[in-house]
Amino acid sequence: MTTLAIRNGHLIDPAAGIDGLKDILIKDGRVAEIAAPGKLKLANGAPVLDARGLTVAPGLVDIHVHLREPGQGYKETIATGTAAAAAGGFTAVAAMPNTTPVNDSVEITRWMQAPERGAQVRVFPIAAATRGSKGEALTDYAALKSAGAVAVTDDGRPILKDGIMRESLAAAARVGLTVIQHAEDTRLTQFANGAASMNLGPVSFRLGLRGMPAEAESAMVERDIRLVTELRELHPHLHVAHISTAAAVAAVRQARRNGLRVTCEVAPHHFLLTEEHVGLYNTHAKMNPPLRSAADRDAMIEALLDGVVDAIATDHAPHAMHEKEVEFENAPNGITGLETALSLALRWLHKEWRMPLGRVLSLLSAQPAALLGLKGRGTLAVGSFGDVVLFDPKAEWTYRATESLSKAKNTPFDGWAMLGKVHYTIAEGRIAHAISNRE
Amino acid sequence: MATTPIAARRKLATPPPPSSPFPYHPGSLLSVMDLTVPAVSHLLERAAVLEHQDPVVRDRILQKRRIALLFYESSTRTRTSFELASKALGADTTLVSNLSSSIEKGESLKDTGLTLRALGAEAIILRHNSSGAAWLLEEATRLPVINAGDGMHEHPTQALLDLRTILAHLRPGVAEVGPETLSGVTVTIAGDILHSRVARSNMLLLPRLGARVLLCGPKELLPEMAAKSSPGIPPQRQGPVAGGPGIEIERNFESAIRQSQAIMMLRIQAERLAGLQLDLEEYKAAYQLTGQRLASQAPTAIVMHPGPIIRGLEITAGVADGPQSTILEQVTNGVAIRMAVVERALTTAEGLLP
Repeated sequence: MTTLAIRNGHLIDPAAGIDGLKDILIKDGRVAEIAAPGKLKLANGAPVLDARGLTVAPGLVDIHVHLREPGQGYKETIATGTAAAAAGGFTAVAAMPNTTPVNDSVEITRWMQAPERGAQVRVFPIAAATRGSKGEALTDYAALKSAGAVAVTDDGRPILKDGIMRESLAAAARVGLTVIQHAEDTRLTQFANGAASMNLGPVSFRLGLRGMPAEAESAMVERDIRLVTELRELHPHLHVAHISTAAAVAAVRQARRNGLRVTCEVAPHHFLLTEEHVGLYNTHAKMNPPLRSAADRDAMIEALLDGVVDAIATDHAPHAMHEKEVEFENAPNGITGLETALSLALRWLHKEWRMPLGRVLSLLSAQPAALLGLKGRGTLAVGSFGDVVLFDPKAEWTYRATESLSKAKNTPFDGWAMLGKVHYTIAEGRIAHAISNRE
Repeated sequence: MATTPIAARRKLATPPPPSSPFPYHPGSLLSVMDLTVPAVSHLLERAAVLEHQDPVVRDRILQKRRIALLFYESSTRTRTSFELASKALGADTTLVSNLSSSIEKGESLKDTGLTLRALGAEAIILRHNSSGAAWLLEEATRLPVINAGDGMHEHPTQALLDLRTILAHLRPGVAEVGPETLSGVTVTIAGDILHSRVARSNMLLLPRLGARVLLCGPKELLPEMAAKSSPGIPPQRQGPVAGGPGIEIERNFESAIRQSQAIMMLRIQAERLAGLQLDLEEYKAAYQLTGQRLASQAPTAIVMHPGPIIRGLEITAGVADGPQSTILEQVTNGVAIRMAVVERALTTAEGLLP
């Protein structure tokens, strides 16, 4: 029997309604006991972490990451991506299927979860919604679910055909899976001579770059909500990935008022940055959906504060250095995010915009875990997985991309001031990350 | 239920936009925004001096200095005039084009730039089909880079030579320019604004000297946002950007040219239209600069065109060859302006020029 005790920390577990000094005992990967400080009965020599001065919270859950395996190990591997996750306080990540080949099979879904991958934290595969993510024929949702897939999506290649999307929502509802949509009407964003590379607006005009209109996102969200409405007898769950426009948020807000099961996530870059952060062709500010207008960014902040947003997800999208050191239009979309999400959320959402700490943590753990039905995650109630993050909530530090544990360094947050430093990340009772001594 | 966004209502602080590290090299000319108004004035003065200087004396200014011309797009005017300008100052030039180099084999812009630097290039003049390419090249090489046109973005030397042409006709004898020099002057830029780097550079330059710029064209080629596109991120050292009455959209071509002392016609960039359907007959009916339109609406305005011109489309042959046309004068001015820009590129770092 292996145990790990965490003592003298300030436990914040919003799902369990705990906010106070507590000791925690993890036994065989699960939370065995929560006790008042000093009240745990421990065997002599049992391992103990002293969490004095630290906030202790359920391990963070990121429901939108790209770990690039199988097939793109030069960008990231499951081992390196999850090492970065652990460094950022995440104990569970849901990995997108746009790998090579696309994860549309039971075999790949199992392969991603195999111990040989060297994952530092739990990986939950999200499988392709259609074969090859081509938007034509559905994959086998029941089989994928039994193999461990927690949702289906054609992330990055949205399902354009109404009929296929309707089939996908219905099939997923029957087996109890969520359909995640990267909402983008690519007919408005991709052209014969290449794809648009930033938000459409005065800034894209000024930079001479073709732009993606906000309507490309909102029109797709509205279409999907219409399909969910048509299928409401089946109670389908639509989750809008990385929402970025005011109009799309308004559509989700209205769908919820109408009693539909429509959820959404927002990425830190979409509640912090605007199209102006593209600067002079900074490819580390190129992602899809793109950085939007200030009004859209403000709408993301509002949606976080008023509760329309269900989760903060990073859309961690690592790319090799040489892929980003090219002409802006030719650079791939995406930025890393696992190591910066918590500290950016604490610095801005909590400190600057006054969101209570418990709510910030809930958006990063309990809510995303509940959204995808990840049982025993996102809380430290007795019996839950021993997934814990211990961080110094007052520590101010500067993020350096060169020190990232991810293979990739493509982040717009290099050199940014951060608040809150992860000291330990414990994944199912095992220390997956510990702050290095020189820090 | 319309509500003010909470973020706006509470006036929440948000991360500021980034400051620009460009240009890394003080001799670079990536954007017309790299030049303050006094710097523009200085370049115009140098162009005038160099143009009339004894060729033997001029030949020593950049004697044996090495300049690479890196061209990813075909070009007649820009390439030749940069080459002539560099050689007139005594520099050695080498031309690398995408069709006869390792670029064809997949070499990246960064590697091509580093290779040219290793071969001894002291400055690179870049023409590229991607917006922003000059910034990438400057960051990679840290050499003085002159942007000779990047995608749909900017063409700063074209705007400078256009300015020189406008001044010669509308402000003859003016040696120095300032924020008021073009007060009272209206310039129409007509045609394919959306795809035009010439339009963007002129829009960023002329209003800073006091000119009013009217943009004219159909919605497909001139979106409303064009008038709202704020200037590029100004270099930190530069003061307020706005100087003139700025930029307006006037969809009615005849009304636009009636108000203008200079008319800048642009080619429709068929190669960038990408599926955009445009009825050329309708276009010609509304926007072609004909002799009749010119005589009735703007009998004294100068007619400019950055070239290449498509006779019979945006402009009739009669107007292009007519007495109001400054098209060839612009080409000639290109050599003088580029002498000044090349000189600046290779001498600024040494502190020989302000």
